[in-house]
Amino acid sequence: MPFDEMLTADDSPRKPYEGYFRWHSEQKASDLIKKSRDAENVFRKTGITFAVYGKENAGERLIPFDVIPRIIAGSEWRKLAQGIEQRVVALNAFLDDIYHKQEIIKAGRIPRELIEKNDAFLPEMIGMRPPGGVYTHVIGTDIVRTGENQFYVLEDNARTPSGVSYMLENRETMMQMFPELFHLNRVRPVENYPKLLRQSLSALAPPGCDGKPRIAVLTPGIFNSAFYEHAFLADQMGVELVEGSDLKVMDGKVKMRTTKGYEAIDVLYRRVDDDFLDPLTFRPDSALGVPGIMDVYRAGNITIANAPGTGIADDKAIYSYMPEIVQFYTGRKPILENVPTYRCSEPDTLQYVLDNLAELVVKEVHGSGGYGMLVGPAASKRERTEFAAKLKSRPGNYIAQPTLSLSTVPILVKKGIAPRHVDLRPFVLVSNKVQIIPGGLTRVALKEGSLVVNSSQGGGTKDTWVLED
Amino acid sequence: MLGRTANGLFWMFRYIERAENTARLIDAGLRMSLTRMEGQEEDWDSVLRSAGVHGNYLQQHDEVTSADAINFLLRDKSNPSSIVSAIEAARNNGRMVRTALTREAWESVNECYLTLKSRHSRRVQSADLPAVIDEIKQRTGLIRGAFHGTMLRNELFNFARIGTFIERADNTSRILDVKYYVLLPSVSHVGSSLDNVQWESILRSVSAHRSYGWVYDDDYKPSHIADFLILNGRMPRSLAYCYDKINSNLGYLEREYGTRHPAHETAASTLAMLRAGEIQAIMDSGLHEFLEGFIGQNNRVAAEIAEAYRFYQD
Repeated sequence: MPFDEMLTADDSPRKPYEGYFRWHSEQKASDLIKKSRDAENVFRKTGITFAVYGKENAGERLIPFDVIPRIIAGSEWRKLAQGIEQRVVALNAFLDDIYHKQEIIKAGRIPRELIEKNDAFLPEMIGMRPPGGVYTHVIGTDIVRTGENQFYVLEDNARTPSGVSYMLENRETMMQMFPELFHLNRVRPVENYPKLLRQSLSALAPPGCDGKPRIAVLTPGIFNSAFYEHAFLADQMGVELVEGSDLKVMDGKVKMRTTKGYEAIDVLYRRVDDDFLDPLTFRPDSALGVPGIMDVYRAGNITIANAPGTGIADDKAIYSYMPEIVQFYTGRKPILENVPTYRCSEPDTLQYVLDNLAELVVKEVHGSGGYGMLVGPAASKRERTEFAAKLKSRPGNYIAQPTLSLSTVPILVKKGIAPRHVDLRPFVLVSNKVQIIPGGLTRVALKEGSLVVNSSQGGGTKDTWVLED
Repeated sequence: MLGRTANGLFWMFRYIERAENTARLIDAGLRMSLTRMEGQEEDWDSVLRSAGVHGNYLQQHDEVTSADAINFLLRDKSNPSSIVSAIEAARNNGRMVRTALTREAWESVNECYLTLKSRHSRRVQSADLPAVIDEIKQRTGLIRGAFHGTMLRNELFNFARIGTFIERADNTSRILDVKYYVLLPSVSHVGSSLDNVQWESILRSVSAHRSYGWVYDDDYKPSHIADFLILNGRMPRSLAYCYDKINSNLGYLEREYGTRHPAHETAASTLAMLRAGEIQAIMDSGLHEFLEGFIGQNNRVAAEIAEAYRFYQD
């Protein structure tokens, strides 16, 4: 039996859920179902959608929203937050190190070729120190729970994590639909995230920036799956939402084309991948980026958040070294555990993975969004055989992990409530300090028994509460 | 504001205007086909021409039939001016400039799109057409209302309004140009019932068949119809009215930015020409030539505005 966060084995609520549970049992099921339909209509009307790639009839979809909140006790959160902070500090130290002295390689803790042969490692960043020394400004650490006190970090999303707009909209929706719940429970606020993001970005403006830093959000455009979020954040921060075609390098600065002329930008919160950032430096066919922006960056005249080249820190092959990385840079044992990870690039390990495919989850090293992964226990024999062939032909492209028994939280179903597996993505801002927003995005697998929570694979979301003690 | 944002607002409102105009053209076409037994193909032929999509239509169809013409105007994705395409383009532009719109303005265009999309997933039965056309007019009216009721009267508003009136002036002049021959004195036998149907249809395409009677207190007369649609400054779809609005919105931008551009000159001289114009003189020297000249001038104003306010990458 997986660990259920709301209910114990005898169906009584665990402590953080006591207040909610009492309220829930007083509600009429039909009212809750009606409210959940209302919520869906609000999302649809507002245009809170994401795009699905690579499918016929691809287009915009709603992410299903479940009205039962996921609740975390203040004491549980404190431990999580400490662990996340430790990890985030280590990630930034690691990035600074591998683009400078490479002590961790010299100390023999990480193989050199794993870094230097990695596509996410950018030689252009060698010797480059971003303003304030911060590489990864916005992070979304994916965490899963398997027991009362057992949490694992599944992924460190250190490049351009998305989902924060759902965290905010979910809370907004819950407060509108069930205001009384927020009187009954002391829920820590998340609403100030856009303000904190803005302050955090401002704090890391280039040294030469005098006056109020001018900030812009760079989006690939309306057909990107996270466009809604890009527009939402720009709007909430009160900054411009720009595309590559709006920007131009002039007089050593990055400037945006306005109706009055060109205006300089000091901080660019980019939601465009490294590859597409500068066609002069990276992919020449990119129409999404800004030719020459890397020169401006290297000259210290613009802050790019997150810094180019941060992908090396959340690469799935590097992930397996995270315990060493945390230990190396903080001098302490990791507070949060890694999921045991098998590197298929090592021949013995590959054989183990192939022999135990039915029990393992196998992921592409560079994949994301749940695309191209195999969940062994849920896969058919044929799927496993096909996957084994891919694995053998490019072992270095894969890692494997044991199938964790993810915790569950109930969702609203026709017959009442039913447990579904969840994960958690808290959001972290790094400037001269580390700020962790109390809450995050809870993703929930809506299919019974499914462990895949990705929205691109039919997952939904929940509002996530961290309670004041 | 970004040049691309100005461009997005400009086109968002051009497309909304276009959708509404196409709805009116279909409405007028339906009305005409109700009033006569034969020759309906001709009417739809001229509706397609007025919408500027006649050539595009013939690339896909061998002949003009009312069912195909209506479908093409209403929901054909390969027709960029069909109502469904225009609303989708308006909504895409709206998404792109989402940060410049109020919640009400955005939601109205988003809901319009969602409603039309589900309703137009298949061909509309002819019995449902009047209701469908009404719904489109209502939805676009709602967008305009939400926009007027909630948007700050700043540069964003000016670019949206300029887009509206450039498109409207283009549409009105095209409607007249396609039908100019029925307004020519040489072929009009005053009072023939066919002419009356044609004239009324022109007025219907610009929702002016009622207001015509309030202004010109008599039967339909070609010179009055032309006067109403070209020179009457009180008629909201006339060329003079459109240019009055284009000029006032450009005027706000000039004061706010402290810069006058060639677009200001072209728009001002177009308005002066319309204000000084006499309908008899225009008709004597050639209505078609006048309209052709105007359409070119209107395109030039649009291009000069795009240039002045950096709509596109240079």
